[in-house]
Amino acid sequence: MSAIYKREMQAYFTSPIGFIFIAIFFLANGALFSYLTLQAGSTSDISSYFLTLLFLFIILIPLLTMKLFAEERKQKTEQLLLTAPISLTDMVGAKFFAAYTMFAGTFLAATVCNLIPYMIYCEDINLATILGNIVGILLIGGAFVAIGMFISALTENQFVAAIMTIAVIAALLFISFANSYIGSAPVRVVLSWISIFSRFYDFTYGILNIASLLYYASIMFVFIFLTVRVYENRRWN
Amino acid sequence: MIKIENLVKTYGDIRAVDNISFEVKEGEIVGFLGPNGAGKSTTMNMLTGYLSSTSGTATIDGINILENPLEAKKRIGFLPEQPPLYLDMTVEEYLNFIYDLKGCKLNRRKHLLEICEVVRITEVYKRLIRNLSKGYKQRVGIAQALVGNPKVIIFDEPTVGLDPKQIVEIRNLIRTLGKNHTVILSTHILPEVSAICERIVVINKGKLIANEKTEEISRVVEGFRRLCVKIVGPKEEILDTLKKKEGISYCECLGAREADSNAYLIESDPGVDIRRPLFFALAEHGWPMIGEETMSTNLEDVFLALLDKNDERKKKRGVVKSNIIAR
Repeated sequence: MSAIYKREMQAYFTSPIGFIFIAIFFLANGALFSYLTLQAGSTSDISSYFLTLLFLFIILIPLLTMKLFAEERKQKTEQLLLTAPISLTDMVGAKFFAAYTMFAGTFLAATVCNLIPYMIYCEDINLATILGNIVGILLIGGAFVAIGMFISALTENQFVAAIMTIAVIAALLFISFANSYIGSAPVRVVLSWISIFSRFYDFTYGILNIASLLYYASIMFVFIFLTVRVYENRRWN
Repeated sequence: MIKIENLVKTYGDIRAVDNISFEVKEGEIVGFLGPNGAGKSTTMNMLTGYLSSTSGTATIDGINILENPLEAKKRIGFLPEQPPLYLDMTVEEYLNFIYDLKGCKLNRRKHLLEICEVVRITEVYKRLIRNLSKGYKQRVGIAQALVGNPKVIIFDEPTVGLDPKQIVEIRNLIRTLGKNHTVILSTHILPEVSAICERIVVINKGKLIANEKTEEISRVVEGFRRLCVKIVGPKEEILDTLKKKEGISYCECLGAREADSNAYLIESDPGVDIRRPLFFALAEHGWPMIGEETMSTNLEDVFLALLDKNDERKKKRGVVKSNIIAR
């Protein structure tokens, strides 16, 4: 498992993709942060920054996940992994953790960069809110990475994988806005359950809601599991 | 060492591999011969655990690949049809990755350098795989299969796309490997298997049609001589004479060729050299023979010869004719 993890991490930096991801992340993140908090004057609510950051993931997460499996399939290198003495779960898990390390590492580094001026310039700092937001983002990011990885396993075209991932993440985020326009109660209930966004609010208040935590964790596990199934299934067909 | 029993793989209605059984003993080099699309790769993919069989079993060293895939895979080094190379890695990084992937316990540096010596890639060890030539890439692919010193090595068409010099080198390499490993290699080139392998398994359209010693196959093929002869003269009479001629098992007219001649396909009885008697017979009638060509033994001939043993020859006749005309 560690072999594939290492290889994936290395691959992010032997191609420009890892650098592009980090550059865009830092640039957009810095701009958002300075605009929404440092320059926002009296409203020093840091949550609006974290909420906006989520929408950045629509473009950033596919950068990390699009090639995970699509590229292996195209280059036929997956044959190497699938005939090596490792289990499918190890293979999928290693790839997930590599993409997640990139995501979480960059996010945490960027956040530290943001919080230093924030701590210096703002007076009423609510540490619980900050931590809640960070935990929330780490969870929601994990769910998105798992979804992106699953989509990457479905195609051998990176570009298709990226577009599909963008569409799915955008849909998941925007469902909660559409929800308020829907009259039918049952539909609203279903949509709010799917809506990844609505569960994020608790975290923005600094509340660690176990239900939300489990919700995001289960999305991660379901999509990791589904990716394993995709490979299991391909072997039989 | 390798045992395949009643292996079947179906894709929808198509039976890509149809009830194949054979065994490979320890230290043997076995050639897996068949035309493109015969089911060679599918069989190899099932043997290596890349695909699952619809029914039947494949065991490596007594371990069922479906029941205990991790243990079985540890015993296999596999070079797929397209070498599975990460182009963004150097040869060194790649082989180290494979070493970790297979969870090897040998002395890393020594083992990898040994492999590089054997497949002769030491001089490109530090280079990016993307920048290597096709021949070197193929060798890195072979090196990958050798990492961990597996008991069984499986090569899927190892010489495809290489130049003649490289082909000879790879063949020599495989022969060397056969001293310490059990090797299966697939190919659609007959001379390749007869050059390297001790035994040949022939499959066609997913079915096993022969599993014999290489000499046995060569004997069957050589006893089966086919000529393409250009003769000037009346077609019907010539055919008539040829059919009556002793030693000719089959003949037919392939149609008009240059000027006033016709081309005829002639097959002799096994072990008979028909060329001299044929010349005199034609000379007797005053029909000039203006061209004679021994048809090379290709895969179709092998199949035909092998099928002939099973008295199914007539069914295949049409295929051969169209092949010859195509040339």
